[in-house]
Amino acid sequence: MSDMFSMSLLEARDALAKGDASSAELTAAHVKAAEDAQGALNCFTVIDPDHALSMAKASDARRAKGEAGVLEGVPLVIKDLFAVKGVETTASSNILKGFKPEYESSVTQNLWNEGAVMVAKSSMDEFAMGSSNETAATGPVVNPWRAKGSTEKLVPGGSSGGSVAALSAGIGYGATGTDTGGSIRQPAAFTGLVGVKPTYGRCSRWGVVAFASSLDHPGAFGKTVRDSALLTQTMSGHDPKDSTSYPGAVPDMLGACDKPVKGLRIGVPREYRMDGMPGEIDTLWSKGVDWLKAQGCEIVDISLPMTKYALPAYYIIAPAEASSNLARYDGMRYGLRVDGEDLIDTYEKTRAAGFGTEVQRRILIGTYVLSAGYYDAYYVKALKVRRRIYEDFQAAFEKVDAILTPTTPSAAFGIGSKSKADPIEMYLNDIFTVTANIAGIPAISVPAGLDGQGLPLGLQVITPALDEETMFSVAAAIEDAAGFTAKPERWW
Amino acid sequence: MSVSEDDVRRIARLARIAEPKDRVAKLTGELNGILAWVEMLNEVDVDGVEPMTTPVSTPLPLRDDTVTDGEIREKVLKNAPKAEEGFFVVPKSVE
Repeated sequence: MSDMFSMSLLEARDALAKGDASSAELTAAHVKAAEDAQGALNCFTVIDPDHALSMAKASDARRAKGEAGVLEGVPLVIKDLFAVKGVETTASSNILKGFKPEYESSVTQNLWNEGAVMVAKSSMDEFAMGSSNETAATGPVVNPWRAKGSTEKLVPGGSSGGSVAALSAGIGYGATGTDTGGSIRQPAAFTGLVGVKPTYGRCSRWGVVAFASSLDHPGAFGKTVRDSALLTQTMSGHDPKDSTSYPGAVPDMLGACDKPVKGLRIGVPREYRMDGMPGEIDTLWSKGVDWLKAQGCEIVDISLPMTKYALPAYYIIAPAEASSNLARYDGMRYGLRVDGEDLIDTYEKTRAAGFGTEVQRRILIGTYVLSAGYYDAYYVKALKVRRRIYEDFQAAFEKVDAILTPTTPSAAFGIGSKSKADPIEMYLNDIFTVTANIAGIPAISVPAGLDGQGLPLGLQVITPALDEETMFSVAAAIEDAAGFTAKPERWW
Repeated sequence: MSVSEDDVRRIARLARIAEPKDRVAKLTGELNGILAWVEMLNEVDVDGVEPMTTPVSTPLPLRDDTVTDGEIREKVLKNAPKAEEGFFVVPKSVE
């Protein structure tokens, strides 16, 4: 068995199958690593060694009986947005402090059904609202990556920042995330990991704390494309408890990673070349194009003229849905209650104390754009623009099989460097990722290189709805060509 | 369109968030910044375009109108800030 913490998920699975290690051994080591890293990285909301070890021992017992699932015994990190029965689930918000669900999210249930083990729950931006994991009630998460020769603390990206900080530090063999505007792909790009947002409806939203229901996509992180493919296909599947869950069969995503990309048409959208974007990102994008060309893809210049309107439309639609979804936090049935003079006063005091400033800001925007007199001008308008963006992709996919773009307009930035500025500056981080949420189509970020400071950068592959297979084929082709093996130098 | 500090207080009231007294001015500025930025959407021609509420094209599934879950009062109340004798305890809301 190679080093326990540098193995991929597929390697760990093989080691478990061969009996080179038990799940109890692997899990105990990962829990210890989580405890050791927590002080420096602050990436977990819950580390419960007893819970983790009892899952691992149950897994070893199942294996001994010959009942191993496809992820049997593999330790994973679970984003704090997923309800895990009996384990505190807070969405990194004070308003849910102490909340222990009496039920299990469908996605995590799918993972446990195949034998996976939870190492810990990971921190995130509060209610998944953020791109830097600085809005968590438990404070900022620190990226294991640092610029060459610097000790400045960088953000891991967000909102799924805890998951990527953990996995890039070698803790767990995979992690879950959720992506409403880029919250899986942007943090994956910032930490040299693969991040998958499948088609809307592929992974059930049941038991996932809601942010913006028509944009929320559960998905997966892996150290490799194949790891992420196996995780995503295990998390996927029809769920009668989510009315928007896709009822069709789940494709063989892992198998698709071995499919040659020769003859595929790859679209390069000119609108993703932004003013002020670092030259290194443009260069990496061109490299990606060359890699795919060398493997027999046909490169097609395409236009997605609605691209620049995706983010403003998102910042109407997502807050509108959030203001409605978060109305449930009223201090009556679960979560925090701050007693006031009467019912309304109790609601108001509870929500003012329980929600952080970014969440409050978004609830206020959402409330405003849905209020009488503004509903048509903002909300309905944004929904119409949403369809125009969707139609852009539909037209593009008449000509190409997949679209290649950079994942982010920059590498990881310093903690505090954007959060103190104008909120829009932070929002612009999702400029290349948000379009796939608006359209509900699958997209993946693949680590493709390092910038001049030694920080990872990612390339994004977008495919038509339900065509995760082509997405994984192209992603694996990029991974093979990029040969990205860099790891953060251990300092934590 | 822009909002005033009074508008922000009104919106906070609608959202049932206690007036953020020390932040009203700052929030007003931030909200106006965001509202000015989304004005960009007015450049898009949306004549005759149907609003898109979901990326799912299939109709919502229906099921038989029968009880499929229940008898879990203990579980429902488990996380309540206040519960007594099998009920949620809430502030008086009817005079």
